[in-house]
Amino acid sequence: MSDVARTEEIAAVESPALVKPASRVRSAKPMIDRYKWYEVASIYLGIAVFLFFVLAPFIEGFLVSLKPLAQLFSTPYSFIPKNGSFDAYVNMWTSVPMLGMHIFNSFFISSVVTLIVIAVVVPAAYAFARFQFPASGLMLAGFLAVNMFSGAVLLIPLFRLMRGFGMLNTYWAMIVPGAAFLIPSSIFLLRTYMLRIPRELDEAAWVDGASRLYTLRRVILPLAMPGIVVVAIMTFIGAYAQQFIFALTFNSKTEYMPLPVGLFAFFGKQEVQWNELMAASFVGILPVMIVIVFLQRYLVAGLTAGAVKQ
Amino acid sequence: MTSSRSAVTFALLLLAPALIYILTIVAYPLVDTIILSFTNAALRPTYDFVGWANYQRIFTAGNFTEVIIRTLVWTFFSVSIKMIIGMCGAVLLNAAVPGQTVFRILTMPPWIVPMAIGIYMWAWMYNGNFGMISGMLQNFGLTNGPVAFLAYGHTAFWATIVTDVWIGVPMVTIYFLASMQSISRDLYEAAWTDGAGRFYRWRRITLPLMLPAIVTMSLLSLIATFNSFDIIYILTNGGPSGQTTTMIIDTYKTAMGSRKYGEGAARAVVICIFVSIFCLVYFRAVRKLSQGEVK
Repeated sequence: MSDVARTEEIAAVESPALVKPASRVRSAKPMIDRYKWYEVASIYLGIAVFLFFVLAPFIEGFLVSLKPLAQLFSTPYSFIPKNGSFDAYVNMWTSVPMLGMHIFNSFFISSVVTLIVIAVVVPAAYAFARFQFPASGLMLAGFLAVNMFSGAVLLIPLFRLMRGFGMLNTYWAMIVPGAAFLIPSSIFLLRTYMLRIPRELDEAAWVDGASRLYTLRRVILPLAMPGIVVVAIMTFIGAYAQQFIFALTFNSKTEYMPLPVGLFAFFGKQEVQWNELMAASFVGILPVMIVIVFLQRYLVAGLTAGAVKQ
Repeated sequence: MTSSRSAVTFALLLLAPALIYILTIVAYPLVDTIILSFTNAALRPTYDFVGWANYQRIFTAGNFTEVIIRTLVWTFFSVSIKMIIGMCGAVLLNAAVPGQTVFRILTMPPWIVPMAIGIYMWAWMYNGNFGMISGMLQNFGLTNGPVAFLAYGHTAFWATIVTDVWIGVPMVTIYFLASMQSISRDLYEAAWTDGAGRFYRWRRITLPLMLPAIVTMSLLSLIATFNSFDIIYILTNGGPSGQTTTMIIDTYKTAMGSRKYGEGAARAVVICIFVSIFCLVYFRAVRKLSQGEVK
């Protein structure tokens, strides 16, 4: 019996007829994915048009930052800057004296929001993923419903609340409400991730006499780390991309303003220095753009896991 | 283990921080909005209850119904265009051509950068005399003179929609792309063996299997778009002559501009009613779709 089995095994491993086709299929493009030349051309044309729509404001913004104001405000329009210079990148630091501070504030606010959200969301997600308690389904639905209301709708009472807490015109006025609207989707995302960790691991720890808190800290947290990283990145991006309305309404101190609002003051002036505005925008967003190139996998993972049905 | 009393206590303890946070920062303000909507609250510290007066005022005086209709039209066009462009983008990025990963990264910036900064860039592009769009149109001889997109009612209306679409498209595209890539290859190969063409395979395999993703994304996008504030506030501030004033902008102006907190709250409550309807539709759709999955 073993002889036959072994010969078959050896044959399977050594026979080129059995091994090669598989590797050939892997290396060559399957027939179904082969395109005729005009198909390839139209795909690339389509992608070019699509990416032009997505990137045009950035391209134009960058070219504007290179143009001197005199050229910007002249007709006829020319797309390419003539005798472009990086002057705007030097002058913007004097036109917006607190630019560095605004860039820092944007980072700082988003980082603190991320820390708060993670601290609140990890235990909550664990509770939803593992425990049966009264009204758990209803509570989860309640959290999800928070997602549907934007901060703009609740602005009046939030303003009163912030004033009551004495938080107006501090970093907290932007951090506290900002975090609130990011908590629900993060709970949902992390819960989905934690559901995939086998329940047997908790039970084994329990049998070994570990306390519930110890189990969460030593068993669940390390295993959930990749999920927590995704949630942290999604939260940071959410906090970074959407900081406008709270910062506009609850804070009037220039030194606490995040980048978008700091530049809004610039934008609102009678004569907008467009080249410097664009230069400041680019310098402000550059660090995040670079980081994103490396983190894009996590973003895709977060986006798809967050929106899947339960 | 999981259903004992100590387990329930432990679970509630774990939940407490999130629950208290949301109750204070979201639930309490929601209740406060409803209460305020029945008062004449303004800048002065005291206020009285006025019953339904605020609601009567907003629905009889002024153009609130017009604002509601405009908001719904604006949202409808914005969401539909996002879905169509997002689907086209996903199909293109899903094609097996070299450079896929780079193209995928290049779609992300509008979603990643602070929304307001993207909007400043659009504000320049829409500039009538010197902006890119008007400039290009003139250079190609498509228009006779400069077109100041944000200065006229209906061009401003469409300009704000285009910017909203621009911000929403990356998320829709990447979500659709991921959903498209999770469809089993075997299905396509079987159809291909039977001689089905590309469009036919998309129409008969991709589209039906992506229906849950499309419904989910449309509803999420509907809610986000309905609540959209930054774009219109920065680009037109509701103008010219109120032609781009949506419900959110209208509420903000009443409450924060004119400091009529009571009346602003009444307008906010009407928004909440609309959002709740969308929300119910969303929950029902999710439940129905996940039941379909089980079968």
